[in-house]
Amino acid sequence: MNSRITGSVPAARLWKGPRIPVGRWGLATGVFIIGFITLVAILAPWIAPYSPYEQSLANRLVQPVFMEGGTWGHILGTDHLGRDYLSRLIYGARLSLLVGFGTIVLSAVMGIGLGLLGGYFGGRVDMAVMFLLTVRLSLPIMLVAISLVGLLGNSLPLMMLILACFLWDQFLVVTRSLTMRLRNAEFVLAARAAGLSNVRIMIGEVLPNLVSPLIVVGTLEMAHAILLEAALSFLGLGIRPPDSSWGLMIAEAKDFVFFESWLVNIPGLAMLVLVAGITFLGEGLRAWLAPDSSQ
Amino acid sequence: MAYYIARRLGLAILVMLTISFMSFVMLKMSGDLAISLAGEGSGADYVEFLRKTYGWDKPLPVQYWNWLIKALQGDVGTSFYYGSPVLSLIAERLPATLSLGAMAITMALAVAIPLGMAGGRAPGSIIDRIALFIALLGVSTPIFWLSFLLILVLGIQFAVLPISGGGSVRHLAMPAMALAFYSMPAIIRISRAGMIEVMRSEYIRTARAKGLRPWQIYLQHALRNTLVPVVAVASVQFGFLLGGSVVVENIFAIHGIGYLTWEAINQNDYPVVQAALLAVSAAYVVLTLLADIVNMMIDPRIRLE
Repeated sequence: MNSRITGSVPAARLWKGPRIPVGRWGLATGVFIIGFITLVAILAPWIAPYSPYEQSLANRLVQPVFMEGGTWGHILGTDHLGRDYLSRLIYGARLSLLVGFGTIVLSAVMGIGLGLLGGYFGGRVDMAVMFLLTVRLSLPIMLVAISLVGLLGNSLPLMMLILACFLWDQFLVVTRSLTMRLRNAEFVLAARAAGLSNVRIMIGEVLPNLVSPLIVVGTLEMAHAILLEAALSFLGLGIRPPDSSWGLMIAEAKDFVFFESWLVNIPGLAMLVLVAGITFLGEGLRAWLAPDSSQ
Repeated sequence: MAYYIARRLGLAILVMLTISFMSFVMLKMSGDLAISLAGEGSGADYVEFLRKTYGWDKPLPVQYWNWLIKALQGDVGTSFYYGSPVLSLIAERLPATLSLGAMAITMALAVAIPLGMAGGRAPGSIIDRIALFIALLGVSTPIFWLSFLLILVLGIQFAVLPISGGGSVRHLAMPAMALAFYSMPAIIRISRAGMIEVMRSEYIRTARAKGLRPWQIYLQHALRNTLVPVVAVASVQFGFLLGGSVVVENIFAIHGIGYLTWEAINQNDYPVVQAALLAVSAAYVVLTLLADIVNMMIDPRIRLE
């Protein structure tokens, strides 16, 4: 842990993502949870018992089945507009995973690109890359994200792009430090001697060696993206009604929290399970794929 | 040491300049300030007059320069909504956020450092598992749900704490708990990792061989060396708290910077948004600068690099 590893940014500052050691059971738990939620999200139109948009003012705030007055007709009850809560939850899973995945793909492109440049060329290029990283880390994610969404509008692709602009730092750090180590490896020197261009060496020779650690980073950052989307939606600056997002569900239920606390607890618990599942998956993958990686 | 501080200071200034430029561009992107300021239905002459008065007809770099000079003198514009200077609005709201953040980070450190160190002392033990489980819950729980849980349990069920508003320590207790829970995982993780590393080191073995008591070893030898990364992480977490408290301030109706920014976004009051972003970023940059200097004092090895 010395500051030489990361240049001007002390390494400790980059300890952001979750780092919780989990065993084989952790990986299995993660795979199970994420597999299940992904399946539910993909099959949403077929397994959701009702439409997530259909309102029924006669059936407002029906209790979930495990509470007094609940019926099997609406397993998780209905919300303040009489929409089936289970169906909204299922469609919300779709959105969470979509935002999480889309954001990570975009931020991976940014972070890996910058990391390869900095790590491969070193010197002034690297200094510029590290400066960008320092600036990014000095920006308050939540505040800047809500400001930009408020300023530019909150369509789904735009929101993913804005979130991606703040979640590339881990990709950069890992890519850069591993690229530095490989820069003078024999296969890279051989490729250079064979006359390959720098771009081809970076993408064709160096990058394939970074796949495992980057998958781990991607998984863990996805949890971050999903929590941020939920927070944005909760503040009314993310997913817009009538679409369904877990953060939005909690926001819509907050006026009823004192009387019908299950309205808040169901999406909250779903969120906890999803993010814990992703963390298990990511840390499990780390233990499995890159046991010696200190990043 | 002076050289190190000077370099570190130079970097901090450069970062702040970059952020100020970005926030300036953002303000410009938000639309024509002259039209916003003139209000709906104003004549074109008046808009043109405002544009000239404020120098918004000049090229962008000139405008940035003029804005920067003014900002350095403490004039960061006027709120569209409140009509008062933005700086006084920020100064009014900053203490609430700062005291909330300070309370949260104190709680987090008080729980997470002992927990992380106890876990790192014996990896795999029950206490270590508890520490890791709390860290897992901390990274997985959405902060807005946690806030509602606290309101339901401490505010309604046991009715020991007020559920809304700011102003007193009791009012800040629940939001601070929610924020503390959110920043604990990073601190648990780093103090645990630091402890594991320290316990393997030669000088702890020497201390043991000398027959020092375990608590002497932990407090006098291990803690000091575990502290370096903890200081860095704590300063970063405090910075996150200042920016991340917007959700919690919203739920508990605390009129801090986060709430101000959220309101300003909904009112399209972009001078306020810009200034709030600058204030929080500046706080973060200053904090990390201080943390680096503190670390240099704790660990002389850093100076040599």
